[in-house]
Amino acid sequence: MVDPLVVDLSRIQFAATAMYHFLFVPLTIGLSFIMAIMESVYVMTGRQVWRKATIFWGTLFGINFAMGVATGIVMEFQFGMNWSYYSHYVGDVFGAPLAMEGLMAFFLEATLIGLFFFGWDRLKPVTHLIVTWAVAFGANFSALWILVANGWMQNPVGARFNPDTMRMEITNFMEVVFNSVAQAKFVHTVSAGYVCGAVFVLGVSAFYLLRGRHIELAKRSIVVAASFGLASALSVVVLGDESGYVATEHQKMKIAAMEAMYHTEPAPAGLTLFAIPGADGRPEFEVKIPWVLGIITTRSFDRDLPGITELTEHAALRIANGIEAYKSLQAIKADPEDLVARAEFDKRQQDLGYALLVKKYRPDVENATGEEITQAALDTVPDVWPLFWSFRIMVACGLFFIGFFALWFYRSAVRKIEKPRWLLWVAVAALPLPWIAIELGWLVAEYGRQPWVVEGVLPTFYAASGLKVSDLVISLTFFVALYTALIVVELFLMVKTIKAGPSDRFSFGEPPPSAPVEPVTAVKAG
Amino acid sequence: MSSIPLDYEAVRLIWWALLGILLIGFAIMGGRDLGIGTLLPFVARTDEERRILLNLAGPTWEGNQVWLILGGAAIFAAFPPLYAVSFSGFYVAMIAILLALILRPVGFKYRSKLADPRWRATWDWALFIGGFVPSLVFGVAVGNLFLGAPFRLDDTLRTTYEGNFFLLLTPFALLAGLVSLAMLVTQGATVIAARTEGEMAERARNYGRWAALATIVLFALGGVFALYVLNGYRVTSVQDVFGPSNPLNKTVVFEAGAWRANYGLFPWMFAIPLLSIVGSFIAWWGLGARARLAPILGSSVAIFGIITTAGLTLFPFLLPSSVDPNVSLTLWDSSSSHLTLFTMLVATVFFLPIILLYTAWVFRVMRGPVTAESVDNNPNAY
Repeated sequence: MVDPLVVDLSRIQFAATAMYHFLFVPLTIGLSFIMAIMESVYVMTGRQVWRKATIFWGTLFGINFAMGVATGIVMEFQFGMNWSYYSHYVGDVFGAPLAMEGLMAFFLEATLIGLFFFGWDRLKPVTHLIVTWAVAFGANFSALWILVANGWMQNPVGARFNPDTMRMEITNFMEVVFNSVAQAKFVHTVSAGYVCGAVFVLGVSAFYLLRGRHIELAKRSIVVAASFGLASALSVVVLGDESGYVATEHQKMKIAAMEAMYHTEPAPAGLTLFAIPGADGRPEFEVKIPWVLGIITTRSFDRDLPGITELTEHAALRIANGIEAYKSLQAIKADPEDLVARAEFDKRQQDLGYALLVKKYRPDVENATGEEITQAALDTVPDVWPLFWSFRIMVACGLFFIGFFALWFYRSAVRKIEKPRWLLWVAVAALPLPWIAIELGWLVAEYGRQPWVVEGVLPTFYAASGLKVSDLVISLTFFVALYTALIVVELFLMVKTIKAGPSDRFSFGEPPPSAPVEPVTAVKAG
Repeated sequence: MSSIPLDYEAVRLIWWALLGILLIGFAIMGGRDLGIGTLLPFVARTDEERRILLNLAGPTWEGNQVWLILGGAAIFAAFPPLYAVSFSGFYVAMIAILLALILRPVGFKYRSKLADPRWRATWDWALFIGGFVPSLVFGVAVGNLFLGAPFRLDDTLRTTYEGNFFLLLTPFALLAGLVSLAMLVTQGATVIAARTEGEMAERARNYGRWAALATIVLFALGGVFALYVLNGYRVTSVQDVFGPSNPLNKTVVFEAGAWRANYGLFPWMFAIPLLSIVGSFIAWWGLGARARLAPILGSSVAIFGIITTAGLTLFPFLLPSSVDPNVSLTLWDSSSSHLTLFTMLVATVFFLPIILLYTAWVFRVMRGPVTAESVDNNPNAY
């Protein structure tokens, strides 16, 4: 069995690299659309201020995009490096959407991004606009395929275990693509990216208004960001609610843990606003809104929401059934022609993953004691309190964004953007919130899936590569050091670019051009 | 499964070829930029020259690198056991490649954002590492495919690896690394020579000619080494090319001359390494003759020939095991399922031509020499 310390370090490394990566992705997703909208206005009206705005936000986009690419390369390779048994076990299913992402989305985005920056003087305005939209759609299609892959880890549909190859294999590609969890997560995630882009543009523009600089560009940017942001903030919350509904269908334990709900609540369950854990870790004091949780998660008044205790008992039954499947699998391995064992295995294979939970306690799963089964069933409960609070902070941010953008939308509509100053300060102060909400959202999604790497199919501890602790220490140290250094550099350049503001030159420290030069005047580049 | 129009053997073979095409695509397209990165401190001496080089690669390098990203994803999707065994086994080497590759996107983008010479010099070396290290280590990895990797598979197909990073650095593997480095430096030099002017183009021609000669000599040396000195691997049982992907169902021996076996069966295969030598020779000659297109084409043909030679020599092996040859990975027993391979093939046949079309368009738009003036006039220039 893989050393538990290696498993933990591998998990920390994956979490760290993924969370770093996702600091940059949402801004890319959101800003690309905002740039495309601004450039569309430029092409339709021919007014230079919109082109200047597109180029300015594009410069910030570029600084951010470089980090997204740099940290994204690691994501592509570390499944094989740190999660080799995972890669073997589900590569037949999970690899396909990653390859689709490259074929359909990332190639488009990465190939055309160069033209976005270098093509201003080489392309007709309409052609350049098409390039910008293609980059934006490329970024969004990327997210689609990555969330198809991730959605399958939450709700592994369209695949079954093949005893001859000892892995999961696709049975229905369309089921994998149109997985309800993946689709809900996709819209939720890209909408969160749009909110992130809108908060960013609004916050930076508000900063300019507070300083009395670049007022024309800032006001126009705020109009775009406020309307785009309002639509996106509504979408995030509605689709977040949809995610909650589909998670109830497929990940009851995650919902129960998010709600710190130890026992089944009579329908319709109340939504816990906040709670204080007692000495045993269970909620001691709760403030609840009656009915709301039941309605959100089951879309009904009469369906029960199972609690953690009941779900654990259910898990024990599935482990026992999974052990039978495991025995049949051993029989098939001993004699591939054993048709009786194959028939038995087919009946119970949906619980094979539950039997693998026992591997934590003994390699010969078939001889598990009742006590080990109980212990393995208890392992299916994720850490309740980090999920409980992460979820609440995320939702609070989401609700705040709706009010925030609604207010700014109203202020734009009545053309009262520059005053009052405190509202501008709120916009600047809100800058970190989307990132907080987004990272916590991923924490709920992925930490809440534990102990599974693929829900009900493959436990996380069983999926890691059998690396040495020293390997992990080397890689984790280098990743954290390099990423942290790069983030410092990235933030420094972002702040510097924002302070310099939209101008004709973005190379700092160079003398300004002696004659005022239009940003993209005739370059006879030949 | 009978509803799938191509049989399992055919889609496995096609995906093996596609994997080669993706890797060749990366070496030809991304290789330009890796080569330019490696040459950056030597070919470009002044800040102005360095900016010209960065802006030569700048508009297209990101798209070029996606060949690698897609190649990695294709290994995952089409040959999951290869992805699992090699990436975890070569862990420290992979980390070295990743850390080097991370430096590139930020290096290109951030380097010219500040005028401070120390800042720029630091990023120039980062870009050099980003070109040099992957060029070398990719070759070392391919060299190790010929030697076999010390991995085992248990009956659940979990891999355990019994080597470490330093054991990868054998003479033959280092030789393969140098072949890779020389061929990618040649590729970068041909592009610099074609698209810049004056002294820098001269220097690029000079480095490019040496690199092309080195490619010929090192590749020939490696070929003789692999075919006549190294022991190779040979499958001794009948492999079911339609069977389930399970590497435990065959026997393999490790013996002298086994890497010659395919050439004995198909003597025409000798044409491929010869083609690569001709390609490198054209690059060498064309650079001397100040031709623009001929060296790029010659170098690209050489890359095609070198990678194809490696693939054909190893066939049907993807990654042999040096400690338990029977569990070696071959394309017949380490692929994805029939359905996955076919579905992904349909998607690739649909999207790859579209990718080639828009890539060609971008290169067309960005054609022409890069000069100090054109860099200076672009506010987005690197």
